[in-house]
Amino acid sequence: MSIEATTNLDNSRGKVFFKRKKSCPLSEEASPKIDYKDIELLKKFISERGKILPRRITSVSSKKQRELAAAIKKARVLALLPYVDNN
Amino acid sequence: MAYCASQKIYETYKAFEKQEFFMPFYETTLIIRPEVTAQDADKIAENFSAIVTEKGGKTVKKEYWGLRSLAYKIEKSKKGHYYMLGLDTPSEAIAEITRIAGISEDIMRNLNVKVEALSEEPSPVLKEVSK
Repeated sequence: MSIEATTNLDNSRGKVFFKRKKSCPLSEEASPKIDYKDIELLKKFISERGKILPRRITSVSSKKQRELAAAIKKARVLALLPYVDNN
Repeated sequence: MAYCASQKIYETYKAFEKQEFFMPFYETTLIIRPEVTAQDADKIAENFSAIVTEKGGKTVKKEYWGLRSLAYKIEKSKKGHYYMLGLDTPSEAIAEITRIAGISEDIMRNLNVKVEALSEEPSPVLKEVSK
């Protein structure tokens, strides 16, 4: 259903939608290793509230997202990252 | 129920684990109460190293992350001394560490993680402090 809607928009209004090529920022060879101690890295993948961002936003691969979620949860246990950030 | 397959697998694993060459790596992180002085906190961490040696393992790496502020309050305190131990030890030592950390009032939190290998470089947390 959603696919039809987008194609209609494309044709009728003459708007062109560019699909950005997305690649996983953590799957490249040079990309950093996921580690529960690397807070600076993990902070990029959580929202202001402290929630784990969905991978449709961060374009992390499925495999890496699982590792990432586990790492974030470990960091939360150690109070390196918040469970809930109310600021 | 007769002898089931999962039990057999479990026993094989236990036998494998008992063999001397099977020594997994662990990373143990402790959060010690901020009221404790840095020297006493160091002694507490040393005690854990002693437990590991007693159980036949060794402490490969020991890191003090300093008195860090916590992301949320634990036991009414906002800060804590962080210690990270890289261990090469049989699992009995980890069970003992968890037990003692639970009893001790100076230790607010502990986390044991089994890892493939221990990196020789300092943890990313320490880099952040030096910035």
